[in-house]
Amino acid sequence: MFMIGPIGFAAPWVLWALAALPVLWLILRAVPPAPIRRRFPGVALLLGLKDEDNETDRTPWWLLLLRMAAVGAAIVAFAGPILNPQAREPGTGPLLIVMDGGWADARDWPRRVDRAVALAEEAGRDGRVVAAIRLTDAPGEIVFQTADAWTGRLAALEPQAWLPADHAGWAAVLPDEGFETYWLSDGLDRPGQAALFEALAERGAVTVFQSPRPVLALHPAGFADGVVTVAASRLPAGEAAQVEVSARGPDPAGVERELARGVLDFGAGAGRAELALSLPPELRNRITRFEVVGQRSAGAVSLTDDSLKRRKVALIGGRDDAAEGLQLLSPTHYLRQALEPVAELIDGSLTDVLLANPDVIVLADVAVLTQAETDAVLGWLEGGGLLLRFAGPQVAASDVARMAEDPLMPVRLREGGRTVGGAMSWGEPKTLAPFPETSPFHGLAVTDEVAVTAQVMAQPDPELAERTIAALADGTPLVTRKAVGQGQVVLFHVTANAEWSSLPLSGLFVQMLERLAVSTRAAVPGAAELEGQIWVPEVLLNAYGQEVEAGEVAGVEGAALAGAIAEGPGAALPPGLYAGAERRVALNAVSGETELAAAVWPVGTPVEGMDVVPEQALKGWFLSAALVALMVDVLASLWLSGRLTGMARAAAVMLALMLVAVPGGVRAQETEVDPGEEALALEATTAVVLGHVLTGDARVDEVAEAGLRGLGERLWERTSIEPEAPIGVDIERDELAFFPFLYWPVTPGQQLPSGNAYRKLNDYLRTGGMILFDTRDSDVARAGGATPEGQHLQRIAAGLNIPPLEPVPQDHVLTRTFYLLQDFPGRHGGAPVWVEAAPPDAEQVEGMPFRNLNDGVTPVVIGGNDWAAAWAVDEMGVPMFPVGRGFAGERQREMANRFGINLIMHVLTGNYKSDQVHVPALLERLGQ
Amino acid sequence: MTERPDLATGGLRERAETLGQSLPPLLAEAEMLASTIMMGEHGRRRAGQGDEFWQYRPTHLGDSARMIDWRRSARSDATYVREREWQAAQSVTLWVDPAKSMAFSGAKGRVTKADRARLLAMALAVLLLRGGERVGLAGGGVPPRPGRGQMLRLLAGLTEGGEDYGTPDANGIASHGRAVFLSDFMGDLAGVEAALARASDRGARGVLCHVLDPAEEEFPFDGRTIFESMGGTVRHETLRAGDLRERYLARLAERKARLTTLARAVGWHYHCHHTGGPAQPGLLYLFRALEGGR
Repeated sequence: MFMIGPIGFAAPWVLWALAALPVLWLILRAVPPAPIRRRFPGVALLLGLKDEDNETDRTPWWLLLLRMAAVGAAIVAFAGPILNPQAREPGTGPLLIVMDGGWADARDWPRRVDRAVALAEEAGRDGRVVAAIRLTDAPGEIVFQTADAWTGRLAALEPQAWLPADHAGWAAVLPDEGFETYWLSDGLDRPGQAALFEALAERGAVTVFQSPRPVLALHPAGFADGVVTVAASRLPAGEAAQVEVSARGPDPAGVERELARGVLDFGAGAGRAELALSLPPELRNRITRFEVVGQRSAGAVSLTDDSLKRRKVALIGGRDDAAEGLQLLSPTHYLRQALEPVAELIDGSLTDVLLANPDVIVLADVAVLTQAETDAVLGWLEGGGLLLRFAGPQVAASDVARMAEDPLMPVRLREGGRTVGGAMSWGEPKTLAPFPETSPFHGLAVTDEVAVTAQVMAQPDPELAERTIAALADGTPLVTRKAVGQGQVVLFHVTANAEWSSLPLSGLFVQMLERLAVSTRAAVPGAAELEGQIWVPEVLLNAYGQEVEAGEVAGVEGAALAGAIAEGPGAALPPGLYAGAERRVALNAVSGETELAAAVWPVGTPVEGMDVVPEQALKGWFLSAALVALMVDVLASLWLSGRLTGMARAAAVMLALMLVAVPGGVRAQETEVDPGEEALALEATTAVVLGHVLTGDARVDEVAEAGLRGLGERLWERTSIEPEAPIGVDIERDELAFFPFLYWPVTPGQQLPSGNAYRKLNDYLRTGGMILFDTRDSDVARAGGATPEGQHLQRIAAGLNIPPLEPVPQDHVLTRTFYLLQDFPGRHGGAPVWVEAAPPDAEQVEGMPFRNLNDGVTPVVIGGNDWAAAWAVDEMGVPMFPVGRGFAGERQREMANRFGINLIMHVLTGNYKSDQVHVPALLERLGQ
Repeated sequence: MTERPDLATGGLRERAETLGQSLPPLLAEAEMLASTIMMGEHGRRRAGQGDEFWQYRPTHLGDSARMIDWRRSARSDATYVREREWQAAQSVTLWVDPAKSMAFSGAKGRVTKADRARLLAMALAVLLLRGGERVGLAGGGVPPRPGRGQMLRLLAGLTEGGEDYGTPDANGIASHGRAVFLSDFMGDLAGVEAALARASDRGARGVLCHVLDPAEEEFPFDGRTIFESMGGTVRHETLRAGDLRERYLARLAERKARLTTLARAVGWHYHCHHTGGPAQPGLLYLFRALEGGR
């Protein structure tokens, strides 16, 4: 392709036409602009005058240049200019497209696929065979096929939620014959990657594509000291950036939504940022995942497991611990020590704590519960609670579960218990037996440091064996468990303090509590805690960070899961949420220790960005430029020949302004004072102007405007109020303060005002404005509530500060501000008109014709008589709508006009007419 | 062959009718324009029209005793002379340039110079005829006569067309009468000079009313232009009309100065009227100029 700088030409031979431009120059130069013929009597005075400059019969040079530019632009346009044309040397031989295919690719996967497809198609055009591999797959045989066979498959490829690991495996299966390689890399370095690159480079040229977009990895959230910490890494560590992290989870209604949001501040050059979120426990317990806002990648999502959750545990001790010195003997002391860092503890009486719906209730050496308490606890157990009981002197001494099984005890107990290894007994203190496989404690290491000196003994019942989850070395049960409904009762046959055994002093005690899900641990679970259990995936993440149902998948060994948590997920263990017997563990795509390292390619490897500058055809731009130049030429020619006069000149200036000022015009609207607003303010304030609210219904607005125009004319004729033409008011945008009076025809389809508009309307009403609501429906409705307009008025008025209303009383000032009226018809009549109610203490004074009513102007007048239609006149001043019939109708129209005049008078003069009644008294007092 | 005369006659009749229709409006317009003058200062002065009495003045030395109005004088100690208004009627001859150059209008909606000249002439005629003067047209077609009937004859006498530029016609100007020349005076000034000479020879005085279009005063042209006279007989081509403006305006000013000098030499008045403005100031000037000479 013929190139000039960055611009290539599709049809370069057209450029030869540029050679003809000088000829055109000469021709155009020789032809002067055509003259105008003018009839002009004054020619007699011109005879004999010579032109000063004879050169001007030539076209001026700048006009010539303009025309040249237009023609030149057209020629260049037809030569097909292309900015940044893609010119690549075609390769030879088979082509291998290597894609990483991990979650780090998910951020721009479609573009990677497009790129791969483009490569394959290009290779196909050159007759080369193609193969594509995804490094996240298990290594398999690489088969070169035609490009057609690949394009469809490439488009269907999806990234995986883990990162490629088995580079050595892929290096081993590479075919021996030479091929060219394009490696669509995600930009991360991994062990073995360099070796694979070496292997590929041995077979042929390797080109690397690498996206410049940063990779973001969100580390699992941690919890410490009441604060959730979220950390993220990025690559490359460039300029300072802020990344928003959203914590999501179900709301109380079970709908998943955003529960919290924070901002991660990456400093300039910093690859890692941390965020501390302080959340209330209720909120924190509901979080199911953290995600980087706007990133579609499994690496930008971090599922949370039980490690963030804190159980609510109610601790109830049997004895009242009076003495401070005896704290170490308190039955709950060790429990409190063990649980305080990892659970929310609740204290109080049993009935009180049940109201808080705790997850666990611990009864330490509490033997007897009242019947009411028993029933309440049973109900709570049925719903899934865990009742953890500890034995003790009181339990041993009581008759609980002696003869029959107590509903709140897993087993029957023998009287008294036993003591071993004491001063007064035979034998050594007993140690623990290994935990059986059915036990939730299976896998915990049994230490010899635990010694039991006293315990309560279980009666040998048929269920005893299956209910025992921990036993002593001699086979006597140490921990027994029974399911009640969805919940369970667990009994430790020793005390919760160190009186009977050293179990509460050991680390095993804490682990056992964890296994029982009484407590949870903030740290990432170690191998020891996971081993021995089977973990079944509940929720899996795909590469885009979306949760997918795991379906029926075989569980995995705890050891494998622990390994995956340490080393990162793989094909066998995709990231997700794995459920064990009592707890759930999150396996995230990014672990807490993951560090992002930039891929290092050997020197000399061509590395291309994913975003090569796209080709851009410039033909349209050049043609437009030619067109614009020709238009300017038209104007210039007209101007030059003196034909650009009057309107033409104005039009030309407008056109020039449009050409020049289109980008600037947009910004002009952002200036402080909107010119339109200012014009409205001027128009509305230079004289009294009546306003009507624009409803959006063109017909209604038209009638409202005509009505206010008619009313304005009546006011001009009869009163000293001389209003200008009415203005339609958009309550959302326009300033309302300019209008003393707003006419608001209510239509059912009208949009409810926004919050801002309501604020303006309420301000308007409060500061003395008046709105006349007209539902225009009194011909079909009585009492105003039934029609759609009436209902809509109620909806509109719900947001307005409207005082109590009453139908216009006989002595309201509205009845006498200008005319004496008792009826307020519009186009319809008879319906009551509502105004602000008189204060309850208004009383008629003896000798006064009127009550001394409210001091202000009623802020709203509500009715349905369609006054605007009665007032409306057309341009000629002729009424637009018939009112009633014959003379009576005209009388009704007159009354409607009088109502309008009274109303405007009321708006503008307030209660002046009310005060007029005092005039005789005042005159009398003045002695006149 | 037979249709041609029909066409011609049809065209003639149409034009005649058109003209006939335009005459009453012109008359009405002229009357209206004249009535504005009647409402002015002059109207009061003429409030006793038809009444011969003019004023009482104290007797001067040299007044004969029979001139004294004894009835008036008996009411006071002084003696008064009753003066009568001078009833001698003047002959006013109007010449309205009929040349094609008068048909020029510089802008859409602006009246042509001919229209304005005719309007001024007719309005002046209305005023004068009401004042009892005799009004006629130069060239001898319509001799000066008094009476309202003369209006229609004047209207009929106003012609149009002819040469590119008109030359005033001094024929028919009554000796010691008044004359008004309404023209754009774009033609050869020698003709104007000759006509003025003939008129002043007969003792006539009057007004040169120079009717110009604003376009002629401003010369708002630019670019390559071929200027043609209204009849097309004279043409001038320029490549840059804007350059000619200064020189054109200088020539126009020179012409105005020349006309003023000519008029002053023979005791006439010179007035320049623009069609861009209202007609009233022009009429006012003409009327006062004629009156002042009385």
